[in-house]
Amino acid sequence: MKSQTRNTYVSETVAGLKPSGIRRFFDLASSMDGVISLGVGEPDFVTSWSIREASILSLEQGYTSYTANAGLPELRQEIAAYLRRKFHVEYRPETEILVTVGASQAIDLALRAIVDPGDEVIVVQPSFVAYEPLVVLAGGTPVAVHTSGADGFQLAPAHLEQAITERTKAVIICSPNNPTGTVLSPTELEALARLAEKHDLLVVADEIYAELTYEGAYTSMAAVSGMRERTILISGFSKGFAMTGWRLGFAAAPEDILQAMLKIHQYAMMCAPTMAQYGALEALRNGEHEVEYMRNSYRRRRNYFVASLNEIGLPCHLPGGAFYAFPSIKPTGLTSEQFAERLLIEEKVAVVPGSVFGVSGEGYIRCSYASSLEQLQEAIKRMKRFLARL
Amino acid sequence: MKLSDKELEIIEILEKDARTPIDVLAKMIDLPLEETEALVKKLEEAKVIVQYTALVDWHKADGHEGVTAMIDVKVTPKRGVGFDEVAERIYRFPEVKSVYLMSGAYDLSVVIEGRSMAEVAHFVSQKLSTLDSVISTTTHFILKKYKHDGIVFDQGDQDRRIVVSP
Repeated sequence: MKSQTRNTYVSETVAGLKPSGIRRFFDLASSMDGVISLGVGEPDFVTSWSIREASILSLEQGYTSYTANAGLPELRQEIAAYLRRKFHVEYRPETEILVTVGASQAIDLALRAIVDPGDEVIVVQPSFVAYEPLVVLAGGTPVAVHTSGADGFQLAPAHLEQAITERTKAVIICSPNNPTGTVLSPTELEALARLAEKHDLLVVADEIYAELTYEGAYTSMAAVSGMRERTILISGFSKGFAMTGWRLGFAAAPEDILQAMLKIHQYAMMCAPTMAQYGALEALRNGEHEVEYMRNSYRRRRNYFVASLNEIGLPCHLPGGAFYAFPSIKPTGLTSEQFAERLLIEEKVAVVPGSVFGVSGEGYIRCSYASSLEQLQEAIKRMKRFLARL
Repeated sequence: MKLSDKELEIIEILEKDARTPIDVLAKMIDLPLEETEALVKKLEEAKVIVQYTALVDWHKADGHEGVTAMIDVKVTPKRGVGFDEVAERIYRFPEVKSVYLMSGAYDLSVVIEGRSMAEVAHFVSQKLSTLDSVISTTTHFILKKYKHDGIVFDQGDQDRRIVVSP
């Protein structure tokens, strides 16, 4: 018997996800000529030649078949060595490391591996746009905890604790943060660790920008005492090694969780692309100097750009990492969306309205300084002209 | 001369782009403008920064005639002055663009620019080979420059990134 005709075959869950606020700006900016884009969430460097060359060599030698589900064994060994060397955390390459298709897939796997229907996952905002939808798709309920621009988007433990309920299973943090560039201090991480212990929570730590920190040594969530067993460490090659298009990331976690992620991964993905894995191998073996070169370059551009924003009247804290400045546009009286739209149309500078990253991002705009110094200077010139006209 | 971290940063930035405006430079290294100016001046006076020049791709200048040759020169060093004296005799010629003392099979690497091969040949046979200390020369003409001082001449440097991304 034919059932009632449907309006759509799309699932209610997916239909209920709100479209990414970035999409509209992408369409608008793409339709215009002469746009200086500070809206790009990726490095302006092309992947270093030695990495590209290693990947080409793997193709020439015919390494075109699947790898192990968890990724090339030698790559997992290099990742383990890298995590030990850089962040002083120990993971067994055989059972506790998984090579994924970008850090994005690792986040998706982490959430699907730990969330039961009705579980709550706390998302510290402003945050990367994918966390909330991925929690929903995993069957969980995202709970936003807000940080404030008034104190440079630092994480207040008391604030966080108020959001914890019986059903809270995990907290997602991102440090250095996209979009604010804020790096969580060892003190904040320590406070978060004590909360996680007290309430028996996991922390999904998105550390994709860890290589791009500019003040002092980076502290990984997993390196805080007691946290290795409570952390799903997520990172990858996109930002630090300028390998966004390669789609290669990884997760490191205690064995039971990692194996659960692997179970999903082997059904849904099989393995990460083989040629990209060979490129990543070269990145970890010989890529340190290039990363340092890029880090220095970002740091100088950050210094220039943030000082200039403050000078033209957009107050901006000095972000400790990533390649985003997140200035306040509150002095203009415009909403972040109005500001971004008018700036794009009137001066052809593309930025991303802060509201896209959660309600606590309202009143701010995200500007990527992963652009040439000439472009940044021109953007500042145009923004200054725009502000003078308001 | 022992350089500070800020001085090293200034050199790194200016070596890549000597035209970086001083106010931009000051912000990049997070120092006040006056202090940055003073550091640059100090580096110039100490001849750490020797000169600001433009990197020119003469191939693109129609009608430009000129050849560049690299000459491997074997010489006899002199007691007391080593290679310095003969190096000086060579680098004083204005057509000589650079002179390096090398390790390996020969002693001095000399780069010379001339309007034609004949002009370079004349220099090598009449001026260079006739110097007392010079034992032998091997001349290599440069056919095409692909990359110079870290800069690729014809770089496809268009931004391939999508305009807005999360």
